[in-house]
Amino acid sequence: MELPTSLDKVATPHGWSFEFELTGEETEWEQANEPAVTARKPLWTKWQRHSVWTYCELSMPAVTVEQLEYRYGERTALAGVSFDVAEGEIFGLLGPNGSGKTTLFRILSTLLPVQTGKAIVGGYDVSRDPDGARRQIGVTFQSPSLDIKLTVLENLIHQGRLYGLTGTRLRTRCAEVMEQLGVADRARDYAERLSGGLKRRVEIAKCLLHDPRILLLDEPSTGLDPGARYDLWKVLQSLRDEHGVTILVTTHLMEEADRCTRLAILDLGNLIAEGKPDELRSMVGGDSLTIQSDQPEQLSQKLQQRFGVQASRIGDALRIEREGGHELLGEIATGFPGEFRSLTLGKPTLEDVFIKLTGRDLQTTESPTTGKKKRGSHV
Amino acid sequence: MSETALLSTPATSPRSASRTSWAWLSASYTLAVREVVRFLRQRSRVMSAIGQPIIFWILFGAGLAGSFQTGGAAGDSVSFQEYFLPGVAVLIVLFTSIFSSISVIQDRNEGFLQGVLVAPVPRASIVLGKVLGGTFLALLQAVLFVAIAPLMHLIHLAPPIHLNLSPVAIFGGLLFLTLISMGLCALGYLFAWKIDSIQGYHGVMSIVLLPMWLISGAFFPGDQSVWLTWLMRLNPLTYGVAGLRQVMSSSPTGISNLPSFGVCLTVTTVFAVGCLLADIWVTRRDQAIH
Repeated sequence: MELPTSLDKVATPHGWSFEFELTGEETEWEQANEPAVTARKPLWTKWQRHSVWTYCELSMPAVTVEQLEYRYGERTALAGVSFDVAEGEIFGLLGPNGSGKTTLFRILSTLLPVQTGKAIVGGYDVSRDPDGARRQIGVTFQSPSLDIKLTVLENLIHQGRLYGLTGTRLRTRCAEVMEQLGVADRARDYAERLSGGLKRRVEIAKCLLHDPRILLLDEPSTGLDPGARYDLWKVLQSLRDEHGVTILVTTHLMEEADRCTRLAILDLGNLIAEGKPDELRSMVGGDSLTIQSDQPEQLSQKLQQRFGVQASRIGDALRIEREGGHELLGEIATGFPGEFRSLTLGKPTLEDVFIKLTGRDLQTTESPTTGKKKRGSHV
Repeated sequence: MSETALLSTPATSPRSASRTSWAWLSASYTLAVREVVRFLRQRSRVMSAIGQPIIFWILFGAGLAGSFQTGGAAGDSVSFQEYFLPGVAVLIVLFTSIFSSISVIQDRNEGFLQGVLVAPVPRASIVLGKVLGGTFLALLQAVLFVAIAPLMHLIHLAPPIHLNLSPVAIFGGLLFLTLISMGLCALGYLFAWKIDSIQGYHGVMSIVLLPMWLISGAFFPGDQSVWLTWLMRLNPLTYGVAGLRQVMSSSPTGISNLPSFGVCLTVTTVFAVGCLLADIWVTRRDQAIH
C-alpha cells in the first residue's frame, strides 16, 4: 500500500486522521484491546507531529455526551443530557442530590451501561469499547476505593497491576505518583490509619498511576475539612496545568464549582445551564439581597406593596435580585425594623444562579418529582 | 514488518500504560494475592478458620463415637473421627469459600470493587482472581487440618487415624480439595454478586451452603432413607466428598457404597467449571451496582 505523503489524504470520524507506519509486532492482547492502532513511528517530522497533536487535542473534545438518557425502572435519572468537555478543562457537573450527576458519572466511568444516547470518553464510545475508555480515565469515587487493610504502597501496586504495569516501571510510577501527591512518607502506613484528606490523596495517586488523560471525580471533597479541600484543589489544578489532564468533577458545593473552568448545571436529569462560572453568574446580574425573617410571607407582601419588588422565598429566607441592592438594603432596614433577623447583600453566587433557574436551593435534597435519591450508596 | 493503519483519535499517545498479552493474568494474580494478604493480616480469621473445624471434629468424634458403625467386622470398622475427617476438610473449604465470597460484598460496600470494575481488565480476570485467591486459602487450611488432625491421637483426643499416604493419594487429595474449593468459592461468588448485604448472605449460608455440606456424606453416610439418598445423589458436593474419601482412605471399608471415582472426578470438575462460567457471565451482565 502506498504511504501518504501529505496529511489531507485520509479521514476519520472526527474529520482528522493520519497514517502511520507500524514497527514491531503487536501482541495479541494489544490487538484485541486497541481499536485505533498504536502509532509508534509517524511519517512526518517531530515538529509536524507536534503541531498535529496540538491541533487534534484542541479540536477533539475529551468527553462528549449526546442525548444521554438513563432510567432506573420508572424513575428518570437522566433525561437527554448533551455536552462536550474540551481537553485541559476542569469541567464541573453541579447539581443537588438526585439531579442525575452521579448517574452520569457512573455512565462515563463505565459502571453503568448506556441506555439511550451516546457517551464518548477520550475518543472511545463507552458502550462499544468500555476497555478503551477505561484506559483513558482515572476515576475517584465518592466512597474511597482503597483497601484499608493494605498499605499505601500495596494499594498502588495492586492498582498498577490491574492496569498492566509491572516490574521497574510499576515501582517507578508508584514512587512518582506518591511524590506528586505528597504521600511518599506514608508509603508503609495502612490505609485505615490515614486521615480523610490523605486517603483522598492516595485515591488520586492511585488513579493517576496509568497516566490517564482524563480524571473523573465524584464529589471529591466529601468528608474533607476546608484545609484538605483547599489542598485537593491545588493538586487538581497542578495536574491540569502541568500535565494537561482533563478533569471532570461532580459537586454540589459552590466553592468547588467556582474553581472549575466550565460548568454544567444539572437538575432533575436535565442540563439547565452551561458556561464559565462568570458567565453563569452574569445571568443573575446586579446584587443579591437575602433577608432572614420570622414572617417571610408577610414581609414579602409588604415589600411588594412598598417597593414593588418581587422577592422569591427560599425556606425561611427571602431573596431579591436587582441592581443597586445597597439602596434597597438601607430602605428595608429603616422601613421594617424588627421584621427581619438579618439582611445580607452580596454579588450573585452560583447558588443564586441555581435558584434563579430552578426556584430551589442546592441543599434541598427533595425534588418535587423524583423523590429522595439514595445517597452515599456504594458500588 | 510494515503496515499502515488509521489513527482515529489522539487517544493512542504514548501516555497509555504499557500492556502485554498477559496483563489479564497479572490482574487475576494481584486480586488473588490481595485475598491472601488480607486473610493473613486478620489473625482472628486464621484462628477461627482452623480452630473451629478441629474442635468440631474432636467433639463430634468423641460424642458420636459409640453410635456410629460402618459395615464389616469389628476390627475392620472405621472410627467416626476417621470417617468424619474428609468431611471436616470439606467443611473448612466451605467456611473459607463463604468468607471469601463475603469479601465480595465487603469490597463492594467499602468501595474497593468499583475501583477494580473501572480498570480495563476482562471481567473473567476479576472472577478468576477472587475465586483463585479463595481456593488457595481453602486448600492451605484444609491441608493443614489433614496434617494436624491425626496428631490429636498423641494427646488422646482422637483414636488412631489411618490415612493413605502414598504420593498418588496425596496428589489425588490435593486435586479433589482444589476442585471442591474452586467450585464452592465460585458458587459463593455467584450468590455474593447478587446479594447486597452480609446479613443476606448469612441466610444463603444457612439455607443453602451448610445443608449442602450436611447432605454430602461428609457428616453421615445417609443410606437409611430413600429421600435422603436421592437428595445426596443430586448434591454435586456429594461427589467431591466421596472422591476425597476414596483417595484418603487406606482400607476399602466404608467406601464401598460410594459413586465410582470417575463419576466423582467428572461431577466435581464440571461443577467447578460451571460455577466459574456462571460467575463470569453474571459479572459481565451486571456491574453489581446496588
